[in-house]
Amino acid sequence: MSAVMNNETKKTLIDPLVNNNPITLQVLGICSALAVTSQMSTSLIMAVALTAVTACSSAAISSIRNHIPGSIRIIVQMTIIASLVIVVDQVLKAFVYDISKQLSVFVGLIITNCIVMGRAEAYAMKNSPMASFIDGIGNGLGYSLILVIVAFFRELFGSGKLLGIDVFTLTKDGGWYDPNGLMLLPPSAFFIIGIIIWVFRQWKPEQNEAADFKIMAISHGEGGHH
Amino acid sequence: MPNENKICKFMGPLCEKLDNCEHYQKFAKYRDKVLALSNDSLEKTIAVALSLCFVCAILVSLAAVALRPLQIENKAMDMKKNILDVAGLLQEGTDIHTAFAEQIEAKLVDVATGDYVDGDIEAYDQRKAAKDPAQNVVLSRAQDIASIKKRAKIAKVYLVKDSETIKSIILPVHGYGLWSTMYGFLALDADGQTVQSINFYDQGETPGLGAEIVNPNWRALWKGKKVYSEDGTVALGLIKGLVDNSKAGSEFQVDGLAGATLTSVGVTNLVKFWMSQEGFSAYLDKVKTKG
Repeated sequence: MSAVMNNETKKTLIDPLVNNNPITLQVLGICSALAVTSQMSTSLIMAVALTAVTACSSAAISSIRNHIPGSIRIIVQMTIIASLVIVVDQVLKAFVYDISKQLSVFVGLIITNCIVMGRAEAYAMKNSPMASFIDGIGNGLGYSLILVIVAFFRELFGSGKLLGIDVFTLTKDGGWYDPNGLMLLPPSAFFIIGIIIWVFRQWKPEQNEAADFKIMAISHGEGGHH
Repeated sequence: MPNENKICKFMGPLCEKLDNCEHYQKFAKYRDKVLALSNDSLEKTIAVALSLCFVCAILVSLAAVALRPLQIENKAMDMKKNILDVAGLLQEGTDIHTAFAEQIEAKLVDVATGDYVDGDIEAYDQRKAAKDPAQNVVLSRAQDIASIKKRAKIAKVYLVKDSETIKSIILPVHGYGLWSTMYGFLALDADGQTVQSINFYDQGETPGLGAEIVNPNWRALWKGKKVYSEDGTVALGLIKGLVDNSKAGSEFQVDGLAGATLTSVGVTNLVKFWMSQEGFSAYLDKVKTKG
């Protein structure tokens, strides 16, 4: 029995990392993945904050799931999530002030992060608190993984640093590396996430969705005017 | 309820007290009744909503109240760090509180007249005052080159003194960049003319482009620049590209930020505004004449 439980727990925890990653497969939580990934340090803190919120909110929602009235289901979930986010924000302001200054509004925006809400709706409403907690941690880690990968490339190629430590010396500081300014702007995260999704789906072809439509060849005689 | 027994093991005496309490008995009865109701009944919906709000409110306010002292401390510490930094007094391992207390003196200045005024220096918050109609001046379109709309009547400046001679004058400045209002300090020599340093402590410009205003290498370019030209107008500002130090007038120019034209314009404007008659020029004149 306990071996089965362990396997189940493991699966809940590991699955969202690659097989069912919230960003690359479910394509949730993209907004903050664009916003906070220009530096490793901010993305790491963001990742920890989101993982904590997802895990705790899933556990809390799951523990009262049998008593949540259907008509106010979403607002109950939102209230719990919002309260936890405020608590996290306060904790960051008290203990890592510098980083909370850089994250500014994005901590507050965890409330609107689709992953938190998505896990509450899809998993916590149907499963026990402990399983929901693990599921929250797993999905938080899946999000963190992508965030850290994106931030790694953006910080390295955008400012020649990793976690604020010089890796490539920039030309303006007398080194050889001319930074890529695009990497510092949010659109670059789009490209990197796109590449990660492509790599994941090459690696695990079962993640590919069936095509909605087929591209047909048009014979030359008919093509043209609309 | 099986849970109750578990909790009672931990908090035996409290539970006994509760069991004897008449109000608790009433509450427990009502709670059991509500929990047994259908989830979709009106009474349960309202009861769940109210109790959830109650619990969440307690959680949030506990966190806010318990962590407030730490947060205030962080803020004050951060501000002191920035002031020491702009004064060039921040070294690795400096104890911020003692360094600040020993070397820096805060003063309140009436911006319009340039006179020192009395008041509770510790508690005065210039950013709050700038929003308070009783304590601010609304700027006209023509005056408002830094796009800040209002400024506080009274500013909090900091002086670094060596016995009685002033070593640096640290002025709070702010203005609008591309995305955000940039708040910073400008440190001048006692002549009110030569720049020692500039330090933006609160800004939301584009990382890597506009946000390079916090880059120590760029900030170092400000050292030794002059604020006023010979006819007394503010000449200091950013230019496009790099400054050619061999050319006349280069003492009034700082390298613009590559790829951040609007932030550069914002910085120039905020310097122009705060050094002008609307800003600290009256105060600087008085400091100069006093020697």
